[in-house]
Amino acid sequence: MNNENIDGGRALIRALEKEGVEVMFGLPGGAILPVYDPIIDSNIRHILVRHEQGAGHMAEGYAQATGKPGVAMVTSGPAATNIVTPLCDAYLDSIPLVVITGQVPLAAIGTDAFQECDTTGITMGVTKHNFLVKDAQDIPRIVKEAFHIATTGRPGPVLIDVPKDIVDPKNPRSKLNWVDDPEMDLPGYEPEKNFDLSGIDKALELIENSERPVFYVGGGILKARAAEALRELVEITGIHVVTTLMARGAFPDSHELCLGMPGMHGNYTAVTSMQKADLLVALGARFDDRVTGKVDGFAPDAKIVHVDIDPAEIGKVRKPDVAITGDCRLVIEAMVDRLKKQGSTPTDRSEWKSSISGWQERFPLTYENSEPGSKLKPQFVIEQLRDLAPDDAIVASGVGQHQMWTSQYWNFNSPYTWINSGGLGTMGFSIPAAIGAKVGHPDRVVWAVDGDGCFQMTAQELVTATVENIPIKVALLNNSYLGMVRQWQDMFYEERFSEVFLSEDVPNYKAWAESMGCVGIRVDSPEEVPEAIAKANEIDDRSVVIDFRTAPEERVYPMVPSGQDNSSIVVPPSQESQER
Amino acid sequence: MKKIQPNYRTLVVTVDNKFGVLARVSGLFARRGVNIKSLAVAPTDKAEFSRITVDLDIELESVSLDQIIKQLDKLINVVEIRALDPDKSVERELMIVTVRAEASQRDELVDHLDEVGGKVLNIGTESMMLSLVETSSVIDDFESFLGNFGIVELQRTGRVALDSL
Repeated sequence: MNNENIDGGRALIRALEKEGVEVMFGLPGGAILPVYDPIIDSNIRHILVRHEQGAGHMAEGYAQATGKPGVAMVTSGPAATNIVTPLCDAYLDSIPLVVITGQVPLAAIGTDAFQECDTTGITMGVTKHNFLVKDAQDIPRIVKEAFHIATTGRPGPVLIDVPKDIVDPKNPRSKLNWVDDPEMDLPGYEPEKNFDLSGIDKALELIENSERPVFYVGGGILKARAAEALRELVEITGIHVVTTLMARGAFPDSHELCLGMPGMHGNYTAVTSMQKADLLVALGARFDDRVTGKVDGFAPDAKIVHVDIDPAEIGKVRKPDVAITGDCRLVIEAMVDRLKKQGSTPTDRSEWKSSISGWQERFPLTYENSEPGSKLKPQFVIEQLRDLAPDDAIVASGVGQHQMWTSQYWNFNSPYTWINSGGLGTMGFSIPAAIGAKVGHPDRVVWAVDGDGCFQMTAQELVTATVENIPIKVALLNNSYLGMVRQWQDMFYEERFSEVFLSEDVPNYKAWAESMGCVGIRVDSPEEVPEAIAKANEIDDRSVVIDFRTAPEERVYPMVPSGQDNSSIVVPPSQESQER
Repeated sequence: MKKIQPNYRTLVVTVDNKFGVLARVSGLFARRGVNIKSLAVAPTDKAEFSRITVDLDIELESVSLDQIIKQLDKLINVVEIRALDPDKSVERELMIVTVRAEASQRDELVDHLDEVGGKVLNIGTESMMLSLVETSSVIDDFESFLGNFGIVELQRTGRVALDSL
């Protein structure tokens, strides 16, 4: 194969095959046509989406569920701009993607050619790196570099912009000598250059001497495949764990030391234990504003141990007392090793533990169920979905109230079962992400929990699911509103509801689902919920959409109002009289 | 003499000598609202690398130099970054200027030019073109001196700098 004369398009597909790509998501068009031709002869499965944004989110869902890089390919111009949102989403949530975009021929770049846009310029700020290929001979090397950059260090999206002439076999510029194992040329990329594990001893000392410690666990644990190591560290030290929105499932919710999700809509105990801690051990977490609330008032008495693979995260928001730059799994394993050698017994922290169990008793997640015949409580629907789902079910969500409720009420007991858009907060994420996850794990049940606002942004990908035979299940929590925005107007804008009401009548979701080849079910009343879910669970040959009619006035509790510190956490009315 | 602390910081950034790299570096500053005070870019002794010497206005306390350096280091095309300590580095800048100078004024002008080590590049009937390679602050001073004569046109390169030995 080495030195074989081939064209750029064939080389691009062959390079993807060499990287072990099994599936890619995309939609062809003018500039990328020459790369679509060799796909016919390739073993790579191509999933034809209905909108390029869908391709990007599917690749994200696939990557999140499998740990492999997600691959998407689209054409130039509007297709490239349509995939900018998933790139930014993947950038903020550190998801490894390789996105290939077509580009107008080299000679036409800069001439306002048809479907030309400055793709590398536009995506510079939302990718870990991007490439504009100017020479077909560079294709094998650039593809190898793109996968290397996307998957090592802190993962992220990489874009390769490919001008048409260098992949078009009819154009002499597309000729190259295939190179089996090209040498990468990345002198500025050494993700392990700044690794510094020298803080481990000091960190362990702080842990041993702390009275109120909490492990603050972020998405980096999942990226580092460190869930098992984490569990060992937690059990040796006997320290409680909070799992952020990006880390749900990194430590089992069923474990007695798991406090669940912290942050703006975290549960009272997770939020309060962090706030009152004397030591936070941040593992692959980035002190996001949705977790810290007002930064100046965040965990005021806590010393900080910050472990992250990205040196730029250390001290970005909160100055740590001990900084450890490195891969979370290696750091945690080293910690466990030293603790085992020391053979130390866990510090006695019975007072702290009783504070925690007191908060757990007084401030559990709670809601008031609705009467038969009245609109559904969204929390009830999620509890029912959870209880009727198999243990290894994967759940994807969109963005808004339904996302928070799912994160709160689902029991995430294994890693890589929760897929959502955390950093960017991309409405419409769930359906394509669920499809991507299902492609990665065809034998597992994948639920997309969606809102009606989100559903209307990306529902067309259910056509993709039907045509490509990727059966997912969609639980639509339909309250006829942009629910989270409504909640803010309800709580902070004197109930002046501006432009948040969608419609109770249109679209007809059941009919819409059926028109896309799915089974459509509508549920109006609480007593119909278990039966509808059971029916959905029985169907595994096509997608199902259940339109759950939920109560619009329902708020996500608890809530730390934006810009306030975490001690200002608002609890549901039924808990207001409880001693804090 | 009282030392004046500059309100800018100098970064020397070694980068891949490839298209688009300067845009990545300057874009990183632009996104954070940091103004580039001066900028010089040229290949190094190794043809595959360029060196960017950049002076940043970082009067804003909200922008941390440490964070900027770490973010710069994340750019794939950035090979090395050094923040130069003004006390431990040697810096130079080049100025070319056309200044109004009648015959009667030229002695004074050239005397001062000699004092700072500049050169006369070109002489016209009513004006002279001069050059000066010096530190930015010497050039600043010389520039204000030239203001007395009347500056017709002036171009400065931006600073380049290296650690002192």
